[in-house]
Amino acid sequence: MNETPKPIAGTASYLDDRLGAGSFLKRNLRKVFPDHWSFLLGEIALYSFIILLLTGTFLTFWFKPSMQHVIYAGSYQPLVGVGMSEAYASTLHISFEVRGGLLIRQMHHWAALLFVAGMTVHMLRVFFTGAYRKPRELNWIIGVLLLTLALAEGLTGYSLPDDLLSGAGLRITEGVAISIPVVGTYVTFFLFGGEYPGEDVISRFYSLHILLIPGILLALISAHMVLMWVQKHTQMPGPGRTEHNVVGAPFYPAFMAKAGAYFLFTFACIAGLGTFAQINPIWLFGPYTPADISAGSQPDWYMGFLEGALRLMPAWEINFLGHTVPLSVLIPALVPMGIIMTGLAVYPFAEQWITGDRREHHLADRPRNAPVRTAIGMSGVAFYGILWLMGANDWISAFFHIGLYETTIIGRFAIFIGPAIAYWVTYRICLGLQRRDQDILSHGVESGVIKRLPHGEYIEVHVPPAEDIAEHMRGKKEIPIVPGDEDKDGIPPKGVRGPIGKLRAKASKFYGTDHVPLDGDGHGHGHDDEHAAVGAGDKPRELH
Amino acid sequence: MIGTGISVNSITARRRRHPLARLAVVALALGLLGGGYAAAAPSDSTADAAVASGKADDVAEGKSLFVAHCASCHGMNAEGTSMAPPLVGVGAASVDFQVSSGRMPAADPAAQAPRKPLAEWVTPEAINQLAAYVQSLGGGPTRPTADMVDPSKGDPAKGGELFRANCIQCHNFVGAGGGLTYGKYAPNLNPATPEQIYEAMITGPQAMPVFNDSIITPEQKRDMIAYITQVRGQVDPGGFGLGRIGPVSEGLVAWIAGISFMSLAAIWITAKKRKRTSK
Repeated sequence: MNETPKPIAGTASYLDDRLGAGSFLKRNLRKVFPDHWSFLLGEIALYSFIILLLTGTFLTFWFKPSMQHVIYAGSYQPLVGVGMSEAYASTLHISFEVRGGLLIRQMHHWAALLFVAGMTVHMLRVFFTGAYRKPRELNWIIGVLLLTLALAEGLTGYSLPDDLLSGAGLRITEGVAISIPVVGTYVTFFLFGGEYPGEDVISRFYSLHILLIPGILLALISAHMVLMWVQKHTQMPGPGRTEHNVVGAPFYPAFMAKAGAYFLFTFACIAGLGTFAQINPIWLFGPYTPADISAGSQPDWYMGFLEGALRLMPAWEINFLGHTVPLSVLIPALVPMGIIMTGLAVYPFAEQWITGDRREHHLADRPRNAPVRTAIGMSGVAFYGILWLMGANDWISAFFHIGLYETTIIGRFAIFIGPAIAYWVTYRICLGLQRRDQDILSHGVESGVIKRLPHGEYIEVHVPPAEDIAEHMRGKKEIPIVPGDEDKDGIPPKGVRGPIGKLRAKASKFYGTDHVPLDGDGHGHGHDDEHAAVGAGDKPRELH
Repeated sequence: MIGTGISVNSITARRRRHPLARLAVVALALGLLGGGYAAAAPSDSTADAAVASGKADDVAEGKSLFVAHCASCHGMNAEGTSMAPPLVGVGAASVDFQVSSGRMPAADPAAQAPRKPLAEWVTPEAINQLAAYVQSLGGGPTRPTADMVDPSKGDPAKGGELFRANCIQCHNFVGAGGGLTYGKYAPNLNPATPEQIYEAMITGPQAMPVFNDSIITPEQKRDMIAYITQVRGQVDPGGFGLGRIGPVSEGLVAWIAGISFMSLAAIWITAKKRKRTSK
């Protein structure tokens, strides 16, 4: 395996002779990638982004980012003679007259949904396995920035066709901008070039959507990839895996083939959806006029949590010295976004501060082995999920015949209670799974062989678990706890003094205490030794 | 007058001494209003209306149908009870809308009566007779002629603009319906016949407001019917329509179909044959 394969050696020496890049290629083409399916989830976002760039370029050939008023005279009969903006008319043109235009438009939209969804599942994977820990905190921050920018990219993108549905989103954007205390009016006039909706916003969003934000996204994605390449992947614990190696397949040829195949899967998924599932049928929505609004107006899924927050919020406002502060818009627009994005960005640093853990981590945690982190993550998921669900409360009301106000009232309670329940349930599940691991390591797995003992008792013979699974389980790492005990003079150690220090010591103990240590005593069974311990742990287990 | 700083008292009381002056003003205003209305309103006697929507024999037949199927809630003479409103003056259009869509007779007194399959006795003839009877009680909106609801005679583009301005805030872009407050809802428009759509506009059933002929003219109503029927009959050019309810179903598909498919693909291409565990 140490010999360089010919295709690499050949290509490398060809390029080396011309670019001097041979040793770089030789080194990097053999780079090892770990083999766990969840490590591919981020690539959904990467490949969707590539498809977005390609389909988006196609759309720019025909799309006219203008709010010039035109009378429609195209081939979609129910709109012939209706006044609309040039942006909307050109999107209808792409949909009905440009060859392949509707397919590419639909692929672009589906790719956008998958782009953000791919980022979301990738981020959840990184969070729940603790893969954001040192030295990868900065790459995690880049990821949070990417997610935030993707939301902005989506918002500017779905506003472009200037249809009645996207106009509802645009109106909310205006409402949020104008609700900012003191400067709101100025910000709105700056953004829209005057009174809403004005005649500028589509062309401005167009520049942002096709130039500025994708440019920043591209730069940050490159930085994200380079950092990942340099720092290497984390890997799940398993046989032969340590903090100092990466076990998996080399980039060439194995991983390259897999990545290529996965790109094709992504492409197939997006092309399949674009072909068979209609998305954003703007011709059904009609052109935007600020006077019209439809029942069941929702944004694309990734904005749903903000929509839900807006729907849950009571109509509070403050009047102060002639200034109105509309909390009913300001809070739902800023608070959930702030909690989620800021929470994600500071989490690695908060965790470091609480655990005092400044070591590098290249072995990922199994979610069950960091129960507090997993529980916090799941309560975040519940917070997001409830807001998301409430963004569609009118459809929930219509489909399940629940009163609309009831859904709002339930949502207002659920947004506080739900995360707490999610925390507790997740925490208990984590401990339960840890107990199961401990049980398998100390007692083995059921073999299906029933044996009768001389005194008449029946037992099932247990056998040791497969070595790779056992290694995987034994990869559990202790979470450090900041030493908080007072010394003999009653003075606590540095870093945990004062009220904040005391809080830190408490939090650290709570965060790190291992309730189910792997080498802890398996609770007594009273069976014969054949049934009980199999000695699969680090130390030979005592038989009992 | 609240908030304008001028009270009703100050207008009527100024320069008047007599305590009954205020009453006299009110009586005069009411008289003018009532008299004016009586003079301007179309003079439709009940006999004319019965003739307009059916034959006079229909009224008698309709009454017996009414007593058999409607009177338990609406009262023997359609005078209304604590369970259901009076039907004097609701007109033949209202009867046709409610009965031909299966909403009436109602199965149970809920916030809103849903569309349901028709009972056996509900035939076009029976509806005509019932309508004639209710029309004979106190007039009201009559049923549209076939010409008034013919989609092929309407202009769908104009109708679309009116539809978006007046209907979609409850019924949704494509008439998929939507939830309202206190258990009410705007129904899906797909099963409604052109005649029922017209009648709903002029009678305002359940939670719906009335769009009478001075708000939306009969020609405009026909345009709207043309738009509704054309759009609901159109084949979705982009593939499966996902219920045409917009981003909610699209988001569900992106996650349930898209992300599940991609996860399965990831599991598949990273799958390894595990070494058989030897005893």
